[in-house]
Amino acid sequence: MKIADKNTKAVDLVRAALEKAKEYEDYHAFISMNEAHALERAREIDAKIEKGEEVGRLAGVPFALKDNYLSPEGNTTAAAKMLEDFPAPITATAVKKLEDEGAIMIGRANLDAYAHGGSTENSYFGPTSNAYDKTRVAGGSSGGSAVAVALDIVPFALGSDTGGSIRQPASFNGVYGVKPTYGTVSRYGVVAMASSTDTMGCFAKDAADANLVMSIIAGKDEKDSTTLDDFWTKDLADAKASKKKIGLITDFMGDGVDADVKKTTEDYANKLKKAGYKVEEVSLPILKYALAIYYIVQPAEVASNLSRYDGIRYGHRAKEIHNLGDIYSKTRDEGFMPENKRRILIGNFVLSSGFFDAYYLKAQKARTLLINAYNEAFEKYDALLCPVSPSPAFKIGENTSDPLKMYLEDVMTVPPSMAGLPAISVPAGKNKAGLPIGVQLVGPRKSDQVLLHIAAELEGK
Amino acid sequence: MAITRKDVLHLAELSNISLSEEQIEPLIRDLDNIVNYFSQLDELNTENVEPTYQCFDMQNVWREDEIKEFEANREDLLALTVESEDNQVKVPKVL
Repeated sequence: MKIADKNTKAVDLVRAALEKAKEYEDYHAFISMNEAHALERAREIDAKIEKGEEVGRLAGVPFALKDNYLSPEGNTTAAAKMLEDFPAPITATAVKKLEDEGAIMIGRANLDAYAHGGSTENSYFGPTSNAYDKTRVAGGSSGGSAVAVALDIVPFALGSDTGGSIRQPASFNGVYGVKPTYGTVSRYGVVAMASSTDTMGCFAKDAADANLVMSIIAGKDEKDSTTLDDFWTKDLADAKASKKKIGLITDFMGDGVDADVKKTTEDYANKLKKAGYKVEEVSLPILKYALAIYYIVQPAEVASNLSRYDGIRYGHRAKEIHNLGDIYSKTRDEGFMPENKRRILIGNFVLSSGFFDAYYLKAQKARTLLINAYNEAFEKYDALLCPVSPSPAFKIGENTSDPLKMYLEDVMTVPPSMAGLPAISVPAGKNKAGLPIGVQLVGPRKSDQVLLHIAAELEGK
Repeated sequence: MAITRKDVLHLAELSNISLSEEQIEPLIRDLDNIVNYFSQLDELNTENVEPTYQCFDMQNVWREDEIKEFEANREDLLALTVESEDNQVKVPKVL
């Protein structure tokens, strides 16, 4: 990516990004633009460069921010009516770290409200179009971020991934998407969805850029007690796979998977072989249960996290209120999208007495089996390869009438989420209609850079 | 049917969401479909398996109990409320 220096002005980089965003306005990748602040920041950086002062590793680089990251400029909406007019009083750690290195947020990217969805159609502000076909979905929930990178508006964007929200839109739009090991990047200042699987990551055009951004936002943060000590410290070239062995997951190559998706994944396996990796077929039957596990555990955590939206301390409050009970229940009816309500209700169902053991506890036990199966596989393999999604981007409106059908889109991305493992989406090809198809590499805990190293080796091959 | 109209109304109450009549029917259908999907977990033998609530077995993370400056000030936080008075958040009468 282009970084500001004596010859490249930050103001020019930011202005070009803002102009491009305007040119592609009809894709609806952004909820709001940050033009005045962004240009002001760019001028400050240019002045520093002029004076020969330190400006950071991402000086003047414009980026798009998924609108569930808190940052004081403008409103942080989470694409929900509930937070439509919410000016964040704090800054997310990841945003602060990027800004300390000179990066400049040019706009807030669209998402499914509260990151609940796989298409960005659940946004209160309307859907984002796919970068390759306007009649198709951007994927989600970080759809706006993926499209902003795919259209070359910005060289990178931040997203969040709880069950696939970075990887699937990355695949649908032909860009890199990094979902790091759970705890790699601070969750402080990001609107909480499901706290035991929420991860913060990025979109970029190549492995080197993704590595640079991640190396900056990763690390321990006292404001998020689940953050790990910084392990994102290697040069990408040194993050080599030790076994040189990759497992191709056969469970996700069967019926119901699009033929072009299968072919692209097989082609990628062959490229790995040519690059000197041994690729073996491996079956992990437990992975197919991950979706059911995820749609029990995640709504339970959603129901708990979203109970804070009470219409009192911040956010939307319904009008015509006559008592305290109405503040809660009417505000929550008006402020949430239908998908938010579905998840809250499911969450409270699986947590309620009489059902807790049969659903929530059962799912958390099954989660242990899933983690054990991964651990066993990683004794043999550096990484596991599989598709990101069963199909390329679907049509806008195609899956909205049946929530379960929409959930099934997540079947390949939720397994590593439930185990806290790093997983990346790598652009790997296109179908005949020109729609991008990505493949997914999943590795053991803290092997994030190894995955990017493998992907980098195959770039352009 | 795993989910009935009564269930949805009860869950809405637990969730503090007042649902209009037209939202209820689709919710019965959708929740029923989703909960039925969960039943596939019955195929797994989880006897003697410990549940995982946190992937890395992280439990209590301790810190010193020190007072630290918060980045937002009181005025900014109170400005986010719909109504406030004398540094307090105001709500309608409860009783």
